[in-house]
Amino acid sequence: MGETERAHACTLAEVRRERTVRIKRKTPAIAVNSAKDDLRGLAAQGFTASRPLRTVPAMTSETVPVIELVGATKRFRSASGGVHTAVRDLDLTVAAGEFVAVVGPTGCGKSTTLSLVSGLEPPSHGRVAVNGREVTGIPEGVGYMFQADAVLPWRTVLDNVTLGPRYRGATTSDARDRARDWVGRVGLGGFEDYYPHQLSGGMRKRVALAQTLVNEPRILLMDEPFSALDVQTRGLMQAELLRLWSGTGAAVVFVTHDLEEALVLADRVAVMTAGPATVKQVFDVRLPRPRDAEEIRLTSDFLDVYREVWESLREEVQITRERMSGRVA
Amino acid sequence: MSHDVALPGAAAPTDEDLAVSSARAAVRRRKLAVTGVRLLLVAVWLGSWELSATYLIDPFYYSKPSAIGGKLVDWFTQTTAFGSIWTQISYTLQEAVAGFALGGVAGVLLGIVLGRSRFVADVLAPFIKAANAIPRIVLASLFVIWFGLGMSSKIATAFILVFFAVFFNAFQGAREVDRGLVNNARILGAGRAQILWTIVVPSATSWILASLHSAFGFAIIGAVVGEYSGADKGLGLLINNAQGTFDSAGIYAGMIIITLIALVAEWLLTLLERRLLRWRPAASGSHDVQI
Ligand SMILES: Nc1ncnc2c1ncn2[C@@H]1O[C@H](COP(=O)(O)OP(=O)(O)OP(=O)(O)O)[C@@H](O)[C@H]1O
Ligand SMILES: [Mg+2]
Repeated sequence: MGETERAHACTLAEVRRERTVRIKRKTPAIAVNSAKDDLRGLAAQGFTASRPLRTVPAMTSETVPVIELVGATKRFRSASGGVHTAVRDLDLTVAAGEFVAVVGPTGCGKSTTLSLVSGLEPPSHGRVAVNGREVTGIPEGVGYMFQADAVLPWRTVLDNVTLGPRYRGATTSDARDRARDWVGRVGLGGFEDYYPHQLSGGMRKRVALAQTLVNEPRILLMDEPFSALDVQTRGLMQAELLRLWSGTGAAVVFVTHDLEEALVLADRVAVMTAGPATVKQVFDVRLPRPRDAEEIRLTSDFLDVYREVWESLREEVQITRERMSGRVA
Repeated sequence: MSHDVALPGAAAPTDEDLAVSSARAAVRRRKLAVTGVRLLLVAVWLGSWELSATYLIDPFYYSKPSAIGGKLVDWFTQTTAFGSIWTQISYTLQEAVAGFALGGVAGVLLGIVLGRSRFVADVLAPFIKAANAIPRIVLASLFVIWFGLGMSSKIATAFILVFFAVFFNAFQGAREVDRGLVNNARILGAGRAQILWTIVVPSATSWILASLHSAFGFAIIGAVVGEYSGADKGLGLLINNAQGTFDSAGIYAGMIIITLIALVAEWLLTLLERRLLRWRPAASGSHDVQI
């Protein structure tokens, strides 16, 4: 088992290297697709849902990638004083308007990847670019919904949502108008004057969503935004996210450990390796839009992609699990 | 659009009203019982003191409630050895409030600045520790020499006591600001000043308010001790004079007035705290109606 995995990882590394080279020569979209051609030999056969040569959201000359990670590596000083590599040699490109989901086992480095893109953390190595510019500090037009609740507990729902516009120099009344609009759009009309502790967990997530969306980000980073919610609320929030996102043309990077969620939402799903994270494989999700978040998971196409991606993800989850049980023992 | 909880203002069914009113009644009964027992305790305490001072112990040393009451009536209806009692109270109060305000503002400002700047905090840490270790109450004597017998020496003493109490809490509060909140604000577009004003200050507020309660007590102690060390007016002087004339009832009477002032201040601070910390969930065990 371990042997085959290593062999597998080896081939993947080669593929990746090759892809990196191609990225430098051609446009990234084509490069990714050709890499997927190679990967097809590795993936289990017989799944038709994910054809490598699909038309990715019209990749023409005007769609330069809005997010570009090339060989990005992030190291932290670990608690014991050593060096811990959270992200290693990670390549990922996201086109404008594209919805990319990132799945991977727990602790592999998904949040760290987002913190690189958001400019909150600089990479130790490699290139991170947003809108074609190297990331130094927080790039313009980026919204980030954090994994942990980041709603200000001392501000009401409305005042929390006014934060962004106020920070960006809007007048009080303008900020309030825009905030009121967004509070309504995420379905919290009537709760404007509530404090966060008076809301349910799902409602707090809606506040965070409105707080992020009111700035009308061109790039939206979301870190397991719905993982703390119960299944029904999560389904509801997924549907609402799709509704709010459609037509905005914003690029989304959506981190989750829920593969079903990833497939319901995304155009492409990037599977991460067990930590240190790097992109193992990227799958196209060829499901029609607009999607009904509740219905689509019952279709056979969905189940086909699910099986294919899960095949890839399962190995990494297995590795993480073994490591953890090793640590516990 | 469906919501996770019921909409506000939905009509409540009648048995819910009943539950609320019966819960309210239970709370009222409890409050009454608590107040009753408290009054009883005070009565027993004062009564036994009065009795034992009359029959068992020497009231010259220990005084007794009736003598203290008499002294208070004396002070308020006639005058003290240094003029009207109201002059003394207002004098001490002015010193305490001035010291409290100045010390509070300085403590909050410096605490937040140092809490947000690792480098300055690291540089100043040993000096602050040393300054905190000084028995500050002794400074009262020094301040009388520096600033004379007037108000300023007492304000200085109150200031020093308040400053350190507030400073350490503000420092801690500014340090423990949730990094997630700061990062979120940065992503939303906040600059340094905006982060300080909208994130750091509010999240340090509960720490600061907690310290203000004890700080006003310190301000009064500073003022009274300052007056003790040398003054021409004030409650501290009154107490000092009572000590000089072996008037134990006078000492108690002064103490009672100071205690009342401190209680009123405490009440005002609690109101302020409620206003500023409205956003917090009600602490369990408060007098909220719970069903
Ligand atoms: N600031 C930091 N300092 C040191 N180590 C860190 C830091 N941030 C993350 N790490 C480490 O990097 C690794 C990846 O963390 P990360 O939060 O990116 O994981 P994740 O994939 O988001 O996990 P999860 O799915 O559980 O949220 C972890 O082992 C973590 O301990
Ligand atoms: Mg994470």
